[in-house]
This record gives sequence, C-alpha cells and structure tokens, in this order.
Amino acid sequence: MDADRAAWEQRSVVRVVPPVEPRKLAKVPFVELADGRLQGVVSSGSDIERVYVSSITAGTHALSCSTNNNRPCGALHGYACKHIRMLADEAVLQYGMDRVARYLRVEVAEHGDLINSLNRLVERTPAAVVFSRFLRHLAYLEVPESTEPLAELHWFPAMGAVR
Amino acid sequence: MLDVQLGELGSGSPAGVDEALELVAGFDDALVHGFARIGEEPAAALSALAGALAASPLGDRIGESVEKVVAGSIGDEHLAALAGGRAALTGAVHDALLGSLDAALGRTRAAWEAAPGTGDHPDNLLAGCRVWLRELAIVGWRGVDHDVVSSSDQAIEALLAVPELRGLAVLLDGLAAELRASCPVSTMEHVPARRWADLWSRALLLSQSGPWNGGAEQVSGRLLILGADVHEHATVVRVQVHGVFEPAGGAPARLVRTSVAAAKVDTIVGPAVWRLMGGHPVLLGALAEHRTLEITDMPLLGGGDLVWHDDRARAGEEADPFATARVQLGAAVAAPVPPLDRHPVRIAEPVFIEGYTVDGETLELGGGNMLALDLDRLPSSTPLTPELVAASTACLGLLHWDGGRWTLQPIAVQATVKKKPVAVHTGDWAMGPTDPKVVKAEAKAGDAVAVLRERAGRLLRK
Repeated sequence: MDADRAAWEQRSVVRVVPPVEPRKLAKVPFVELADGRLQGVVSSGSDIERVYVSSITAGTHALSCSTNNNRPCGALHGYACKHIRMLADEAVLQYGMDRVARYLRVEVAEHGDLINSLNRLVERTPAAVVFSRFLRHLAYLEVPESTEPLAELHWFPAMGAVR
Repeated sequence: MLDVQLGELGSGSPAGVDEALELVAGFDDALVHGFARIGEEPAAALSALAGALAASPLGDRIGESVEKVVAGSIGDEHLAALAGGRAALTGAVHDALLGSLDAALGRTRAAWEAAPGTGDHPDNLLAGCRVWLRELAIVGWRGVDHDVVSSSDQAIEALLAVPELRGLAVLLDGLAAELRASCPVSTMEHVPARRWADLWSRALLLSQSGPWNGGAEQVSGRLLILGADVHEHATVVRVQVHGVFEPAGGAPARLVRTSVAAAKVDTIVGPAVWRLMGGHPVLLGALAEHRTLEITDMPLLGGGDLVWHDDRARAGEEADPFATARVQLGAAVAAPVPPLDRHPVRIAEPVFIEGYTVDGETLELGGGNMLALDLDRLPSSTPLTPELVAASTACLGLLHWDGGRWTLQPIAVQATVKKKPVAVHTGDWAMGPTDPKVVKAEAKAGDAVAVLRERAGRLLRK
C-alpha cells in the first residue's frame, strides 16, 4: 500500500479532479463547488432575461437565493425554494452525490435526498460574487482558439471514464 | 516497434535516472510543507539538490538560493533558481529516456539549434503570476485553502486575454482547478507532490519572461497524418496531431506535431468538444476523412511543432495512417526538443506495433517482451475503446514514460469486430460522431455549447 502511495505521489500525470458527468444545461447553466459553497445560476422559468443565484454553504448548510440584481427570492423562507432544489439536483448529476455531500459536509442516507438532509437556515450571501464567477465561466467561450505548441498540456491528457 | 526493440528498451531506467528523480522527490516534498518554516529534512533535500548541481552553470545561484530559502528569505530570484535547478534534473532524465528510446527504435533525431527569443511580454501580468506562485511556495500545498486559490483568479483571467501567454494561462488554470477541488489540502490524504511541483516549476519558469518557442522556418510540402492525441482539463481542450511531413523539394521526411486548442467549460464534455475547434475545418476534416494535407508557407518551430494555419492548407487524397506508419515512420527524422521543454512528460513518441497479444492492460510481443497499455488515456471524445484495443491486431500509439515505466497510449487500432476487420482512430469524430447511437445520445442531451452561448449573449456585457 505504501509503495502504491509513493508511486502515485511520484507520477507527473494522475487524475486529481474527478470527471464531471454531462447534463442538460438549459435550466441550470452553472453549478460549482467553490469558495466553500455549492453555488450556481438557475434560469428563471418565466423571464428569459432573469436568472437566480442560489447557494448552499458547506458546514453550516445555510441557503441563499436571489436574482442577479440582488432581489431576494420570494419563495425562500424556512424551506428550500425550487431554484435551490434544482441547483442541488443538477449538482448531484454533475458531480455525483458522494462528492457533493462530502463537500457540503452533510450526511445523506443511502438513496436519500440532499435537500431533505439539510437543516433549513436561510442566510443570504451576496449574489454578485457567484454571478461574476458565472460571467467569468461564460467568458471562456469567447477566448479564441490557439495553435501554439502549448507543451504544458502534456500534463493534462484527456482521460476517459473512470473504469 | 519490434519485439527486439522493446527488449532493448528494457524494464530498468537508464543510469542516473533514479538518483536524479530522488533529488526531485526531495524538492517536491519540501514544497508539500512549504518554505515558510522549513524543517530539517526538507532543508537537507534542498541542499542535496544544490550539491548535485554544484558543478553546473547554475551551481552558484542554486547554492545561494537554497541558503537564503532555508534561512527564511524567499525572494523571486531564489525561487526561480530552484525551479531552474529542478528543471535541469527533469531535463536530464528526459534526455536519458529519450536517448534510450531513440537508440532502441533506431530513430534519428535532429540536433537542437539555439533559436532567438520570442520577444517581449507584458511584465505586469507575469509579475502577478510570480506573486501567486511565491505564495504557494511559502504556504506549501498543505497550506492551500480557498483564499489562496481564489487569489489566482485575476492573474489567470488577464493571461487568457494574451494569445502568446496562453500556455501559462492553461497551466495555472489547470493547477488552480485541482487545488480548488482539493481544498483544504491539509485534509487531503495524499498530495500529488510530483505533479504539482512539476506544474509549479514550469509556471515559474514561464512567468520569468514568457514562452521560449523561438524562431520558425516557413515550410511547404505534404503532411501525412499518423493520429491524434487529445489533451483536456475543465477549461481547455486540445487536439495534437502527429504526422510525417514531406518537405517540398525532396528533403528527408520529418516527424512533426501540430495542434489546435480551444477554451471550454467543465460541462462541455465528450464528442461535443470537437465543435469548439470548428474554426479549423481543413485540419479536422483531414483527420476525420484520413486525408493528406498540402501545406504552403506554414511556420515550423525548432521543436517540430507546425503552427497550424487552416488557410494555408488544403486536403489532398485519402491516406491510411497505418500505411503511413508502415512505410514512412521508421525513416522519418524526429525533431529535437527545446531545452526548457525537456521533461519526461513531454515524451509522446509515435510507434507502430503489430503481431502482439493483449492481456488485460498489457501488450505482449512474440518474444516475451511486455509493454503496459495506458487505457486511461482513451478520451471519451473518441470512438477508441479498451474493448477495441483488446480485440486489436495492429496499433498506432504514443510511447510515454511516467512513474518509472514506459507505457503505450493507443491512438489507432486495426481490430476484428464480429469477424470483420475495422480500423478506428482517435480523430474519427473530429467532424462529429459517426456512431448513430452516440449521435442520438448527443441530441437528447442537448447542445451545451449553444445553451451557454445563448446565456452569454444575454448576460455578458450588461
């Protein structure tokens, strides 16, 4: 076991970030585990110009949801609004239940539901931080292609599914 | 590649490789704990590194830098000297490995000719990177938390806007994503010490005065594709094509690489990634249709990288990569590796192998010599699967070295499926998947790129 560990630590190419699973992006275009939160952006069902910024904080499990203009989500009081539910469902699709639960430090019973496993503290975190991370995420699609040799990428071979 | 060649490559490492990597491991361990309060063991490891390089041109600077760092004075120039010392060691390991591989294959490699520097780069951006890398060195991987990772955001965003600094941008972005996913690193069971120290060292060297691609010659001729390798992390995908280049006018054929990288986000995965490189239809079309490429006045860098310009190429007749490999691969002249790119991880030598049996993850040639297959490196964006490799009778692959052994990454196979011969290449889906089942699954999942572009159109620039 120790030999395996030493071998892994002394390899240049190892998988550190587990691969994410493909999912439909139409309703929840952005989900991430970052800054100590599960956070993301949920498209409004009624207004194509509006999005909701939702998050669940790791450890405290505080819930937050507001529009990108910082207007609090009217449906969030005492229990999770549908935006937070959608965010959690899509996060589980993207990262798998284990990884999300571990990140949020929440105990989920086998076949249990993530949201029902949280206590329901509401604590609004500023939407601007998450929204600007989403805009930064979208901005990648505007970065032009490159045909430079980029030898750095030899550390990042594309890997298939975990077998 | 023949059984006797594989036998010659042997199972052990060339002389000195293990000793050099032990020094590297000592440095890597020091970086795990950070240079802020350096313990006895890491201090001894850094001194050993300095000792080993004492007679080299870097000797004095590394010796002095180790003294300063151990004494708690961690300046940019000291860290740069340490990264340079580590790169000298990994470079020597690379040279020993590639030399033994070339000898075993009987491959001729052109000599490196010093090339002029690439020019000036905005130093404020590079300085921003150095600040972050210095912070990482001080806290060590074990000290990395969310705040340390987030502090790289601005520097990376700025780098992405500068085409010449793209390599540094994708490197730091990949490292930051791995650190973010591992936060807080103090609770991580094992730290990928070699890997992160590799990335840190290369980033530090790149952030001194930018990349070192050097000068280019303009070349014309015919490119025969051998196959494609795919590189990817959350925010980039790159296809690197290996091929044999026949210069116009009859000079000897050369082994070259050419590549296209596109920025992406983590939710764009699988065959959809090819669409991001759609700005290069001639190259992608030739990959998918197995055609030659006629090239006019394209820059070829000293390290054998053809800097692809889609408008300076046109597709020619059909050409089977296996035929190219059988006829041309043996005699083609390999390119030298730019000095600062010399690291074992860059070794990706195309070889053609047949007459073997596959047992699980090992390929056995007739005379009893074995070669490990790297089946993790079969990307989900391609039709090449472990099952096809297991059923194969001939294989085009890239030889890599990592963790003390050689492995073969298949990039194309000839196999028998349902009693029919088939040939499958990693680039077969370059113009979109050809398997109806995959096409259907893709259609069902929806077009991630289109959804995100729509969102970007509405929400960006407001």
